[in-house]
Amino acid sequence: MNTATDVDRVFAALADATRRDIVRRAIDGEEGVAELADHYPMSFAAVQKHVAVLERAGLVTKQRIGRRKVVRTNLAGLRVARRLMDQYEELWRGRIDRMTDLIADTKETHA
Amino acid sequence: MTVTAVHKDPDALTMTVDAEFAASAERVWQLWADSRQLERWWGPPTYPATVDAHDLRPGGRVEYHMTGPDGDQPRGYWDVVEAEPPHRLVFRDGFANDDGTPNTDLPGTESQVTIEAIGDGRTRMSIHSIFPSAEAMEQLVAMGMEEGITQAVGQIDAILAEDKVAQG
Repeated sequence: MNTATDVDRVFAALADATRRDIVRRAIDGEEGVAELADHYPMSFAAVQKHVAVLERAGLVTKQRIGRRKVVRTNLAGLRVARRLMDQYEELWRGRIDRMTDLIADTKETHA
Repeated sequence: MTVTAVHKDPDALTMTVDAEFAASAERVWQLWADSRQLERWWGPPTYPATVDAHDLRPGGRVEYHMTGPDGDQPRGYWDVVEAEPPHRLVFRDGFANDDGTPNTDLPGTESQVTIEAIGDGRTRMSIHSIFPSAEAMEQLVAMGMEEGITQAVGQIDAILAEDKVAQG
């Protein structure tokens, strides 16, 4: 679904310095959540939560390599982010088209 | 063409869409103030909206869910900041958890709506959207998206066409 939801999820995910750092580190796709957690002065659970927010925004994915699970940045997701503002515009254009139709409908009913 | 102007300002994290309607300001206000009318335009045809609560007063809340083609039902809400019928509405549009409580992990977008008669029975509506943080946009730019956003301003039609193809 390419809507305001996607726009806000990506913006919200990137609004946090730790999450941006995770996105950068995970470009290599070599570390799991536990290794990532070692880089930050916070609990494993807190880092796990940040990774979950990034996952929901489509910015990282977890991939199984052998017995390990690594966090990898989704480069396609980043490219999608580039277009989000344009899609936000498209969303409003669609809404305004429907508003116009709705106003036209009421006029016909009242005529 | 109902949309008369679009201005995107990636630095200020804002976007303004202006539209004109052949209707009175009161009629345009009703699109927002009447929940049954709101349902008919808020969601795209593939994700129609159902309004579950609708209190369009300062401090009030509008709650809705959308129903997707696979039966998924994302929920959202507006916190109404200002409401001056029929001229001005300001709300923060956020996401809700399955139980309807606000999802605080995902800060919403603030929208400022102004509605004014411009003569000849016509009304201009302006939607000014403010995205959550400059930090977020800076990050988008740092990741190489500046070019995309800037170019897009001049290539809206091409991008929309491309997106339509991509979305099938």
